Amino acid sequence: MKKLLTGNYAASYGAILSRAEVISAYPITPQTQIVEKLSTMVAEGKLSAEFINVESERSALAVCMGASATGVRAFTATSAQGLALMHELLHWTAGARLPLVLVNVNRAMAPGWTVWCDENDSLSQRDTGWIQIYCESNQEVLDSVIQAYRIAERIMLPVMICMDGIFLSHTQEIVDVPEQEKVDRFLPPYKPPVFLDTSSPHAFGSLTPPPVYFEFRYKLQQAMDEAQAEIEETGKEFGNIFGRNYGLLDEYLLNGAEIAVVALGTVCGTCRVAIDRLNKKGNKIGMLRIRTFRPLPKKKVLEDLRGVKKIMVIDRNISYGHHGILHQEIKSALYRELNIPVFGFIAGLGGRDITPEDIEQMVNYTLKHEEPDTDILWWGVNR
Amino acid sequence: MTEVRIHGRGGQGAVVASQILALAAMKEGKYVQSFPEFGVERRGATVEAFVRIADKKINERCKIYHPHYVVVMDPALVNIVDVTDGMRENGWILINTSKMPEDFSFHASVATIDAFSIATEKGLGSHGHPIVNTTILGAFVKIAPVVSVEALLKAIRESVSSNTEKNVEAALSAYDKVKI
Repeated sequence: MKKLLTGNYAASYGAILSRAEVISAYPITPQTQIVEKLSTMVAEGKLSAEFINVESERSALAVCMGASATGVRAFTATSAQGLALMHELLHWTAGARLPLVLVNVNRAMAPGWTVWCDENDSLSQRDTGWIQIYCESNQEVLDSVIQAYRIAERIMLPVMICMDGIFLSHTQEIVDVPEQEKVDRFLPPYKPPVFLDTSSPHAFGSLTPPPVYFEFRYKLQQAMDEAQAEIEETGKEFGNIFGRNYGLLDEYLLNGAEIAVVALGTVCGTCRVAIDRLNKKGNKIGMLRIRTFRPLPKKKVLEDLRGVKKIMVIDRNISYGHHGILHQEIKSALYRELNIPVFGFIAGLGGRDITPEDIEQMVNYTLKHEEPDTDILWWGVNR
Repeated sequence: MTEVRIHGRGGQGAVVASQILALAAMKEGKYVQSFPEFGVERRGATVEAFVRIADKKINERCKIYHPHYVVVMDPALVNIVDVTDGMRENGWILINTSKMPEDFSFHASVATIDAFSIATEKGLGSHGHPIVNTTILGAFVKIAPVVSVEALLKAIRESVSSNTEKNVEAALSAYDKVKI
């Protein structure tokens, strides 16, 4: 059924349709509406889940971890400082191989105090062992939450679904809400091989000395590698049932393109508008949207970018002391395979708008220059 | 694509107005997007909300800088905010005011509606603080051929749970009374 939904409500519907059994979260702008909706549904008896109120985001994730360890499907959501407060347990969730799903509404980190969007919050959790998927529309948010449970429970890794704050979280658009019966067919009940069970007591997470710890990490990386095929298969199977296909990456007009714009999140939508305008004038510009940031599908990125003359990365984030985070990831994917210039733009930090005109101008800069003038091309900053 | 910017004050229902308008357009088979200018929302502070209506998928993920239509929900805002900022040529500005369109000199076509009087008459909101969002939308669909009045009434009935029929009556009254 088609509904007019914000990204936040799309995430809530994703959790509802996935039949999340335990929900725990702490409110933080711009994520609050996700848990407001879920807690209301539970209170009204419309959602058969346990909603557990907590005093912090760290506790919210701890509750979900405990629930997941007992073999139930758990859901949480947060933003920015809340995600940062979860940091220790993000490592724990992935290390303990708990298939949680977390929706992060991307918000810039404070200070300066802000509620607006950039992606530094989730990208700085890159190395915690969570699968990370970045969405471009509210439909993709809903669909990705459902897919996330299937991926997580097959690979036994947690999945973080990321959506840009305000640009999706508070924007209403038309979302096709799938039927419960179809979702049930796609996503069977969660039945883990091992779980905490009072009738057969075991302990999880005991001391792990050097002879075994290393192997746990090896296996976590192996799971990440396997996740690539799983994400693709899940996206394809989702398409078969619901008519909307998803993959690791999302290519736009890359065939025959001379410049490839690489980005993640909502700026990709605006890129499509700019690229259409530019190509009407005879340019050959394409786009590669990184939907799955972890695991990074390096081989596919390389295949997609082979043939272009220049790459232009737009980062709504920064790794201080280096450059844009996606910029560095893309460069590492090209190593010894593609020797072409990568233009690294940083734009839109803290919710600064990125318009189609901005992107057209970035492309024009890239067209005019053999190489970028500087390692970071700050877009629109007042120096 | 048609782009609309709504100026209001916190508590006047500008965001809800943008949502009802988007829902009405959705009912006509259009693609829509509605969003608020997100800030620190306080009752009485100036707020903006935006609506995009199109025949194909909307990919823009940024604010509206060049609206075809501007709606001003509070008469005093025309003196505080640059309400015609970035407006397209041949654009329309709809103002909630008891004045006539010729009382304003904007580089845009002006329409006026005394939405406070209509909302007060229909008992929407309180006497000192009438809620004018559904009223002003009735006037809007008269000047903007992007959404029919029938679709608007359906959207109001779906979105407004209290005093629903009074809101419908207010929209219809504004539809008839808007001055162009």
